[in-house]
Amino acid sequence: MSAIQQGVKTIQRALPAVNAQGAWLAGLLLAAGWFALPSIGMAAEGTAAGPTEYRDIPYIGARNIIWVVAQLHLLLAGFVLGVPIFAWLCEVIAWRGGEKRYDKLAKEFTKLLTSAYATTALFGGILLFLLVAFYPKLMNYLTDVFFPSFLLYCLLFLLETATLYLYWYGWDAMQEGRKKSLHVFLGFLLNFFALFIMIVPNAWATFQASPVVIAEGTAFERAWAATWNPTWWPINIHRLIANVVLGGYICGAYAGVRYLSVKSTEDREHYDWMGYVGNFIGVFGLLALPFAGYWLMREIYQYNQQMGITLMGGFLSWLFILQAMLIGVLFLGSNYYFWLGITYRIPGSEAKYRKAMLMMLVSLLLCLAVWMTPHSLVASIEEAQKMGGAHHPLLGVLGVMSAKMTVSNLMILITFMSFVMYWRAGKQDTAGWAAFGKAVMGAILALASIAVIVLGVWGYFVPAIVRINYFSTSQVLIVIFVILTITPLTALLLKSARTTTEMVWGSMPPRAGYSLVLNAVMVILLMTLMGYARSSSRVHWHVYGVMRDTSPYAYSPALGSASLIMAFCTFFFCILVAFIFWVATMGDKYKTAAGAGKGDLPHGIPAMAGGAPDKGPQG
Amino acid sequence: MGALGKPIILMVAMYVFIKFVLPNIPGSAPLPSSLIALYLLLTGSGIVIFQTLSKESKDAFWGPMQRFLTGENLGGLQALRYGVLILFPLLVGWQTYGSTAVSDLPPIESRTIHPAPPGEYTGLSNPVAKTPDNIMQGKGFYAAYCSPCHGGNFDGKGPAARGFVPAPANFADPTTIAMLQESYLFWRIKKGGVGLPIEGTPWKSAMPRWEVELPDEWIWKIIMGEYDGAHQSPRTWE
Repeated sequence: MSAIQQGVKTIQRALPAVNAQGAWLAGLLLAAGWFALPSIGMAAEGTAAGPTEYRDIPYIGARNIIWVVAQLHLLLAGFVLGVPIFAWLCEVIAWRGGEKRYDKLAKEFTKLLTSAYATTALFGGILLFLLVAFYPKLMNYLTDVFFPSFLLYCLLFLLETATLYLYWYGWDAMQEGRKKSLHVFLGFLLNFFALFIMIVPNAWATFQASPVVIAEGTAFERAWAATWNPTWWPINIHRLIANVVLGGYICGAYAGVRYLSVKSTEDREHYDWMGYVGNFIGVFGLLALPFAGYWLMREIYQYNQQMGITLMGGFLSWLFILQAMLIGVLFLGSNYYFWLGITYRIPGSEAKYRKAMLMMLVSLLLCLAVWMTPHSLVASIEEAQKMGGAHHPLLGVLGVMSAKMTVSNLMILITFMSFVMYWRAGKQDTAGWAAFGKAVMGAILALASIAVIVLGVWGYFVPAIVRINYFSTSQVLIVIFVILTITPLTALLLKSARTTTEMVWGSMPPRAGYSLVLNAVMVILLMTLMGYARSSSRVHWHVYGVMRDTSPYAYSPALGSASLIMAFCTFFFCILVAFIFWVATMGDKYKTAAGAGKGDLPHGIPAMAGGAPDKGPQG
Repeated sequence: MGALGKPIILMVAMYVFIKFVLPNIPGSAPLPSSLIALYLLLTGSGIVIFQTLSKESKDAFWGPMQRFLTGENLGGLQALRYGVLILFPLLVGWQTYGSTAVSDLPPIESRTIHPAPPGEYTGLSNPVAKTPDNIMQGKGFYAAYCSPCHGGNFDGKGPAARGFVPAPANFADPTTIAMLQESYLFWRIKKGGVGLPIEGTPWKSAMPRWEVELPDEWIWKIIMGEYDGAHQSPRTWE
């Protein structure tokens, strides 16, 4: 530490001397000195007896820098793993359905992958170096446990990189016939390898939270036991779905930004449509995400009561109120976008659906009010005295899982019905069984909603295990049943339906674009919030119950401090994504501009040097 | 004012309902300001969302506000406009000052209701057989040691309960002991308020540290008696 202080003093002494050379030089030196400080610390600690357990970085702190880099790496990884799913689905739709615009959309997003992939790998590399530098004891231990899977991870990376290059660079060359099938297969392989690239490091992270340690056996057996820990698959599924949601909403945000800035009608139509597709895929994933989250939390609770209570009832429980707010905004934003679509893209539909939209909105807000009501309320002394404690005697019942599960299921149902309404808008049923079909769908929806509410209320009067294992699961199955029944019935109805009003793309108001951006920001904030929750649930353990954190950072930062880092990560990630989009589309803009210039000349002849292509033909 | 009138009436009605009607429902109590603000925020968001769904409704809703703020064709209402433009920033400033100024009031509480138990208490199972005799004994111990605060009916309304803020836990409420495992109750009874972890500080529990007076076996029996008497079941994973 004295060496670090000495280093700081040396730099401080040097600064006035270089002042005359300009402030930029001083800044440069300061930055260089600052970056060199850890090495001074490392050298100092290296001379002490025994192995070094921790190193630190002044001002920022080792924990904070690891936090930011790990979170950015995770967000980028989510983007890089989510976008190929999104792109591949679009390509398959284009391949099977013949709609070329889906292929164009898929290609547009795959183009982003090459630069995004490199950025993700870069942050992964930085994270690894920082972890090895700052937490050598932990990394030694993890390497000892997971050594075989490190090798597998490297192999997967090679395969993924090769597949990505083939997939992207072979796009135009593999457009027809069997070559297209091969290209689609490459897309599948890309996602296949990406899945394993995600689940292998998930094992390392989940091992820290729910370790399975066996003392005997080969390196492979020990690694396998550690990998197959209780929270590994719940996290795998949860992250897979979350990545689809992130990919969809970021696509939507990109389309939203472009929609707000483009001038031509053709571009407005294209980006309006892209925004719709992004929002649809985001919502599609969002409907399944709460189920996966519930399963994950259940496994955590079952694995360790202490960790479960820390998360859901202890000091991290307030995070879940923030989570409810963010998810609430996301549900509202997604539905708002659907409703705006009905009103603006399908002229004349507003009068028909306004009442339904009002009912859905009120139901959503009621559900949100329940979801956001905490079990223990934020109250002053006087308020708490009036309530007789931190629980409200009447509204306190809304603060427990039975109520939360019920309203989250209802919100999923409402959002699904918003989509169905959008799907049906502007069409008139012609099938003979249409009235009967609609009555059946209405009955299914009504009965399902009642069943979800009844199970939710009943959940208060049965043992917790009955509620968790049977009632909550039944609620989820009921919602899935509704989705799986109404979707094909609606598709069948619409197959013979007559289009009364054509969809008008490019007519959405600016606030639709802003709502798409808002949705993306909410998803990113949610991921940073839950990243903090997952890490903090280990409290003062590197590996829960196995390796204690003995560094000066063995405490959980307060929610206010944590939210600053979360906000910074969200902001920085948005900047990174904007940069990736900008870099990836720079060539296209240049080509478009050059193409437009050429178009003005007869036969596309390039303008002569010094010529003026906008002057028209010479007389 | 047509399109603006309804939202204003709705907001006022909502406020009146939350502030004055809801607390007077039997078994209810006044809502803390944090919850009132949350519900009003949701109502306001709903109004903005619904009113901006179409161009016509947006213009009808936002138009009067825009005209008022820009002073367009305002006539005799100009003075009111200036009043709003001056008073609104002052109101925001006053609110900001009020929320940041040093005050002699205690800070708003965001208490951790269920602090996490220490590792050595997680996963413990009740070693005492669940027989009618043991349950009856547990109820007897409960009557002697716990009921003065937690009540003979397990409802948190014992004769001494009035002396405590927060009030003793109501075990008949399905959101208290029914959410917890027996091992959690064992820890809380054994270690009491002083045994709460750092995350639970400043702890607000008058629960005595019963380990100094009661053997572990009695505590386990009390737990069985509590669940049986309150008609609740402990959280289990089987």
